[in-house]
Formats: sequence, C-alpha cells, structure tokens
Amino acid sequence: MGIQIRDIAELLKAKVLTAGLDLRSEVSNAFTSDLMSDVLTGDYDQTILVTGLSNMQAIRTAEMSDIQEVIIGRNKEVSQEMINLAQENGIVLIQSSYSLYRISGILYEAGIKPVY
Amino acid sequence: MVLQYHIDEGDFVNAGNASSAVKRILKQLDVPAKMIKRVVIALYETEVNVVAHARKGEIEVVIEAEKITISVQDSGPGIPDIDEAMKEGYTTASKEVREMGFGAGMGLPNIKRNSDALHIESIPGEGTLVRITNELRD
Repeated sequence: MGIQIRDIAELLKAKVLTAGLDLRSEVSNAFTSDLMSDVLTGDYDQTILVTGLSNMQAIRTAEMSDIQEVIIGRNKEVSQEMINLAQENGIVLIQSSYSLYRISGILYEAGIKPVY
Repeated sequence: MVLQYHIDEGDFVNAGNASSAVKRILKQLDVPAKMIKRVVIALYETEVNVVAHARKGEIEVVIEAEKITISVQDSGPGIPDIDEAMKEGYTTASKEVREMGFGAGMGLPNIKRNSDALHIESIPGEGTLVRITNELRD
C-alpha cells in the first residue's frame, strides 16, 4: 500500500517545488543515495528518490530511471533549471530541511519499503 | 530515423539531453517501457562518460522498426585497457565528476548490463567509439 505524495510532503514538513503535478499519486518504495551511478542500476516501481545531490543530474537520473518523485534533503539549494526539468518530465520535486537519515527514517516508519 | 547530438567536456548541465530526446521518441513509437529504460540508461551513462572524460563527442542514433543502434564517438584520452575499465569499481574520474554523483566505476558495467550488444573501440590519445544495439520489440 502506498502513501500519497502530498502526505509525504507533510510528514517531512517539505516544500513541493514543482507546480500542477498530481500530488495524490502514491509512493510505495524509497531509495536514498547521492551516487547517481547506483540509482541507475535499479528497477523502480512507485519509488521516491531521496538525495542530498542537488543538481541537474539528480533529475536526469530520476527521468531515465522512471522515478516520479525526488526529495532533496537538508534544504540544499535547488536551481530553477532543475525545477523546470522536473516539471517537463512530470517529476514531483520536494525540498526538505531534514537530513537524509531523518527523511529515510520517517518514510520507513510510515511504511515506505526499501528497494533493496 | 537518424538523430544526431553533440556533447562537450564538462557540460554536466546538458548531459542527458540526447537520452531525454530518445526517450520521448521511443515512447511515441510505443516501445515497451522496460526496453526504453534499458536504452536510455545505457545512452545516459555514455553521455556522462563523454562529459566526464573526453573533450567532445558525437552521438548518432539510428532507430529502425525492430532495433536501435547508438554510436558515440568521442575525442579524448581513450581507454588503454578496456577489460580493466569494464570492471566494476575501476575509475579514473576526477573529484568534480564524483561531486556530480558519478565516477564510482559503475558506468561501463551498467552500459553493458543495459545493452543487448555492446562494442567498444578505443585508441589511446585519440578517442573511444561506443556502439550500443538494443532490440525494441518483445
């Protein structure tokens, strides 16, 4: 059973940076990594990417991996280019002040499953 | 259908443009999602390799009814020992590349994993040609 993106954003006291995307879509799994090479080796279904890597490649990696939601932790600065790219690809981009550890812990507790 | 793209050294902002365009086209052609993913991951990793290691690269993508052939020719340092470079964990990436989320020695093995056929030719000091061929239908 999944959790809606809007509920995840609320749990993480996070800001949704993209506009107009469906926040009722559900997420069941999460993968936390700053190493995009590692993200690119996985198969994902209803998976959210949690990362501290705030650059274009984090969004590209999500795009190529069919990941529809990305959470940037620790309030890392997110560029307008990143938001635009996420928007174009229907990827919900979320920014949270929490650490990756805390984000992962909250998601785990809420029933989001690990990919491995 | 033949598509061509150009990539430059260090241009991390545009690395992925070709993969993104190919993904859109394959979707329009109703290629199964799993097959699209293999193609675009292999191409994206190759784009990142060019940006990370070479001076520039030319990408040619040939899409036919049943298969896709991607050729990426770069001008760069070349790969002296391809077998060594194919090993997981082998890397010559710079600190800058690692800060971009890559450079862990996983690119070439992942390209191989996502290709039906992979051919690599390299001349040290001149450049590398990577050719990826994938089926597009079940």
